[in-house]
Amino acid sequence: MALTGVEIFKLLPKTNCKKCGHPTCLAFAMKLAQRQVSLDACPDVSEETKKILGEASAPPMRPITIGLGDKAVKMGEETVLFRHEKRFVNPCAFAVEIKDSLSDDDINKIVDDVLNSEIDRVGQKLRIDAIFVNNVSNDAGRFESAVKTITSKAPLVPLIVATGNPAAAEAALKIAADKKPLLYGVDESNAEAMANVAKTYKASLGVSAKGLDALAALTEKIKSLGVEDMVINSGAKTAKEILEANTYIRRAAIKKNFKALGYPVITFAQRDDALFESLIAALGITKYSSLIVLSSIEKWKNLALFTLRQNIYTDPQVPMQVEQKIYKIGEPSSNAPLMITTNFSLTYFIVSGEVENSKVASRLAVMDCEGLSVLTAWAAGKFTASKIAQFIKESGIENEIKHKELIIPGYVAILSGAIEDKLPGWKVTVGPREANGLTVFLKSYAHN
Amino acid sequence: MAFAAPKETFSGKVFEVTIGADKTAVFGGENVLPFHLFEGSVPNSPVIAYEIQDVVPDDWPETVRKVYKSVSGDPITWAKYCQDELNAKAIALRLVSTHPDRENRSPEDAAKTVKDVLSAINIPLIILGSNHIEKDSSVLIRASEAAKGKNCVIGKAQEGNYKTITAAAMANNHKLIAMSELDINLSKQLNILITQMGFDKEKLITDPMCSALGYGLEYTYSVMERIRLAALIQNDTTMQPPMIADVGMYTWKTKEAQALESDLPLWGSLAERGIAWEAVTASALLMSGAELLIMRHPEAVKAVEKFIEELV
Repeated sequence: MALTGVEIFKLLPKTNCKKCGHPTCLAFAMKLAQRQVSLDACPDVSEETKKILGEASAPPMRPITIGLGDKAVKMGEETVLFRHEKRFVNPCAFAVEIKDSLSDDDINKIVDDVLNSEIDRVGQKLRIDAIFVNNVSNDAGRFESAVKTITSKAPLVPLIVATGNPAAAEAALKIAADKKPLLYGVDESNAEAMANVAKTYKASLGVSAKGLDALAALTEKIKSLGVEDMVINSGAKTAKEILEANTYIRRAAIKKNFKALGYPVITFAQRDDALFESLIAALGITKYSSLIVLSSIEKWKNLALFTLRQNIYTDPQVPMQVEQKIYKIGEPSSNAPLMITTNFSLTYFIVSGEVENSKVASRLAVMDCEGLSVLTAWAAGKFTASKIAQFIKESGIENEIKHKELIIPGYVAILSGAIEDKLPGWKVTVGPREANGLTVFLKSYAHN
Repeated sequence: MAFAAPKETFSGKVFEVTIGADKTAVFGGENVLPFHLFEGSVPNSPVIAYEIQDVVPDDWPETVRKVYKSVSGDPITWAKYCQDELNAKAIALRLVSTHPDRENRSPEDAAKTVKDVLSAINIPLIILGSNHIEKDSSVLIRASEAAKGKNCVIGKAQEGNYKTITAAAMANNHKLIAMSELDINLSKQLNILITQMGFDKEKLITDPMCSALGYGLEYTYSVMERIRLAALIQNDTTMQPPMIADVGMYTWKTKEAQALESDLPLWGSLAERGIAWEAVTASALLMSGAELLIMRHPEAVKAVEKFIEELV
């Protein structure tokens, strides 16, 4: 359980020396309780206090990183159960399973798909994050050779090696030791040997047990063997089991500060049917999985899962924004309509979607209003006549199109006169208030 | 450290709602978060209604339009197809042709369509206007009368027209959808206004407004979660009606459900992408608390029904 400010205060020197930058030890304790400062700021704190507070202030869910550099995947560190309370911290990672029983050609094909899976959405680069190579052949030599094939083709993609056989694990990790891999397949029967392999090759461990009691006991055991970086699996297979296990694990970690389950969760979503597999993955994304293993990575499925992950892990306090620029929709001629709106991503998506549906090729000027919607941006003084005029002038659009007509959102009809004053020679037309009126509007507008 | 399952029980409960007259459908009734069977009672599973329209759905993308090509010429055939061939548990009839920017059909025409569809099916019917505030008032009054005694769901009552639509649903003994725009406070306020007219709160269905995957889904998701938490933790009766997600309409107008693979090769197969867009949107909203879904593509419906079966 996290300590309260008063409990922490009792452990501090109580000298009010101000060396930490706070007027009193109590003030410092309160900040510590809120995790806004580090205990290091106090020069006089005892070793004993450091130990107690260190335990209590460790994040309720341990951060685990696999892989290195730009493509490293960070998991865990979650602090809440519901995304409206506070942003979910580390987006769950997607890994594709590659069975070592496949031919090298087939393995290379999947690796190619992983390397080509990157999609740009609202300025974020989204991709299949890791490869889960599975020792289904039960043959250490075959496993080693599959890992070789994968790492030589995709040296930067984080790797999860899955085997219950410590000898096979060692053979695989020898190849991937410098890549900060995850070794999955630890259970009650092989814990000591696997922990030793993990320590030698500096790998994290993927731990599984039947049920949460056994899982908690096993993580404690592995911790006592000297490995602390773990991801955990309770053996949950069906949607019902996954929801129950993930909910209990997240609650135990966050609300009870139960350290033995304070690790990222790995979920196996593999199903025969790709569409159904994406729904199991959707369950994992919404309900607390940190690492989701997929059997296939069709582009359509990736797009849906990447988008859901982006939606769920968006900061509820900060609106998503799109880049300020003049977007072309369809292939607009130099006489095509020109509209303006704000850069709240939802506004942009809905407006551009409706323009697209209208089949009237157009230009959509998207102005940086710090991610606010039209009415809010107007009310906040960010979507004003002079700012709009300045944006249009500086965009250089006057050299690109033959007309000087700007369509503004119906909600800011009041701005039309002022924009015309500030943009000499331009005519301002008031468009519909809601995006769903754009099709009718554009069709008659283009007609005139 | 021994593990003790951190169960959570709540004082509040979602109202259980039964719709339909002949064959009925029941949803809501749980006293826990969605599908938390491990710590409470979940007496009913969410219900998926197939959406049909009163005109040929020319504005639906090809992937979903072609499924209904041979039956969508008239709503009676279409409704029967959904009931008999697709085993629909409910039908949602959207009276889009009444919209002034569309065919602008009269409330009398709409009432006749409702009557005809009702006489052809025995599963529950959800009757939706065209989402035109003024026109929906007059259309849904006549539609409610035409459906009297059939225990339908009438929708959607919004801030600008709830008085007439609530009165119509009340007079003809129907359930009512109350829709507000992605705001828990507006949603609560509308539910209160409607119940203050004498409408039974246990006959309400809350629509916090749906959004598609990638198009604000997270807003709907979090408003739903907050409404559900208010219902359970605070035992707030104004937040205890079950929730509806109008999934099909929002997902099938996204770019992802329509853009050709030849234009956007990185997005993969169009047909599968559209179906996945609808099914993933629906599944995410099930996890945040939706109990009644309106969907379009049979493959998406089947996948989501299978998902529900695996959750209970």
